[in-house]
Amino acid sequence: MTRPASIVVDHATKNFTLRYHRTFKQMAMAAIKRQDISDEFKAVDDVSFTIQQGESVGLMGLNGSGKSTLLKLINGIMKPESGTVQTRGRIAGLIATGAGFHQQLTGRENIYLNAAVLGMTESETRRKFDDIVEFADVGRHLDSPVGHYSSGMFSRLGFAVAIHVDSDIFLADEVLAVGDKPFKQKCMQKMAEIRDGGRTLVYVSHAAASVRKMCDRVIVLESGKVGFDGDVEEGIRYVRYEADEDQEELENEDEELGADI
Amino acid sequence: MTDVTAPPAGRRRQPPVKTPLEERPIRDVEAPLSSPSATTGLLEVFRRHYLLRLLVRREISARYQGSFLGLLWSYINPLSQFVIYYFVMGVIFGLHQGVENFAIHMFCGIVIVHFFNETFSAGTRSIVRNKSLVQKMAMPREMFPVASMLVSAYHLIPELVILVIVGALLGWTPTMAGMAAMVASLVICMVLGTGLALMFATANVFFRDVGNFVSIITNFVRFGVPMMYPYTMVQDRFGEFAELYLWNPISVAVLLFQEAFWVGTTKDPAATAASNLPADLWSYTAIGILMSLVVLAIGQLVFSRTENRIPERL
Repeated sequence: MTRPASIVVDHATKNFTLRYHRTFKQMAMAAIKRQDISDEFKAVDDVSFTIQQGESVGLMGLNGSGKSTLLKLINGIMKPESGTVQTRGRIAGLIATGAGFHQQLTGRENIYLNAAVLGMTESETRRKFDDIVEFADVGRHLDSPVGHYSSGMFSRLGFAVAIHVDSDIFLADEVLAVGDKPFKQKCMQKMAEIRDGGRTLVYVSHAAASVRKMCDRVIVLESGKVGFDGDVEEGIRYVRYEADEDQEELENEDEELGADI
Repeated sequence: MTDVTAPPAGRRRQPPVKTPLEERPIRDVEAPLSSPSATTGLLEVFRRHYLLRLLVRREISARYQGSFLGLLWSYINPLSQFVIYYFVMGVIFGLHQGVENFAIHMFCGIVIVHFFNETFSAGTRSIVRNKSLVQKMAMPREMFPVASMLVSAYHLIPELVILVIVGALLGWTPTMAGMAAMVASLVICMVLGTGLALMFATANVFFRDVGNFVSIITNFVRFGVPMMYPYTMVQDRFGEFAELYLWNPISVAVLLFQEAFWVGTTKDPAATAASNLPADLWSYTAIGILMSLVVLAIGQLVFSRTENRIPERL
């Protein structure tokens, strides 16, 4: 049984410009001293892979290895300089722990706005509104500006909106980094539902245990390049920035997540 | 002995219970494989009008949030400008003596200049101001300058109300030609303002200097249109070169607006129009609209060329 491709990344490269000098004065001085005015580096470097519809892929790697940039390419926030990124269907998800919220607007207004950006219609949002609010569990803060939210509440609201979009691809970037334990469990459960419903899932995490729970395949990025692409266990072993405390954390995670799922 | 099948760490290493890929349902996605960042620019903005509406509403409520007078400020601003200009230009320089209902004449200019300048400068800043959205969500980014334009258009409403009421008190009645002039005038401001905003909005991401540059241009606009002085004065001073003055679409827009709201308040509208407005105003209107459309097309081109670099530079 072959599944159609859901995400096709073909030799995608994304450069970032490092700017040393920003003002005219600084740039003039640098030119006189013959220093570099700017420098480029490849955040995503010639990355290729294909993810099938319904696959659940864990994206791992050290900080700064290009995971978030790759997700931004898949999401369509950025375009690769060379190579192509293609996706099929509607995409929802969280990039770098938070959604794009407007600080001055209330939680309620932001839910509508965020849902609209993710492609939901007004009636669709209204229908799912109660579910979103219940999932986010921000209580009576719903009608106060999100600028006053705690970081946990902020990311809960973002996750709640993204997960309720009827998307074909779900991108989860470090979603569990800021949530508390009960919320983490809720998220894992919901993501498992998404996965088992046949939606494509790309999950970025440093927690090996949750990747093991969630994913069928692991892609490891190393300074922008694909270091490993394949089996979950091997991938986790490959990426091991392994230390003893990591093992402990792993065990804890196993316990807390295993109880529920 | 036979029980020991896994190493000590094996309990953790066992794959957890999850539906294997083969058993998961295949979701029926009708959409073709396509680039997630591809948009059709401005067309896409109007296709997603629900999102546009939300952005406009949000902008309106956010602009005066935390202020006590709120929306009243959109009346206070033009009125204070009006009072200042009227006093300086009319009373001190005595410009109002030669012009019938100089107050209306000037207010027509203020409305148009205010609308255009707001569209232009707020649109230029719109991408930077919305960076939390731009960095994290995929959406056509032309949305923000267009939303700024619509917010400025919303603020036009109270000004139009003032203009119509005062005009009606002075004997103004709406005419077909007048309404056509109003529409043409607003179209020029909208199209030209949005086009310039698109052109400068990405530049503003790379160099925040652009904001300062734009405020210089808006200052030029304020003095380069027949608002504080009548067009007849330009004609008297520059003779045939006054034509060049009409190549500025905003000048044409102001004249059109005066045709719509000011001419009707004078004692003899036909004579006023003949003496105070250029004879071939409508051909300059056509030129103005055409120029605005060209600027919009260039703006869109510049925007789509440069927008790729926006998120990383914010």
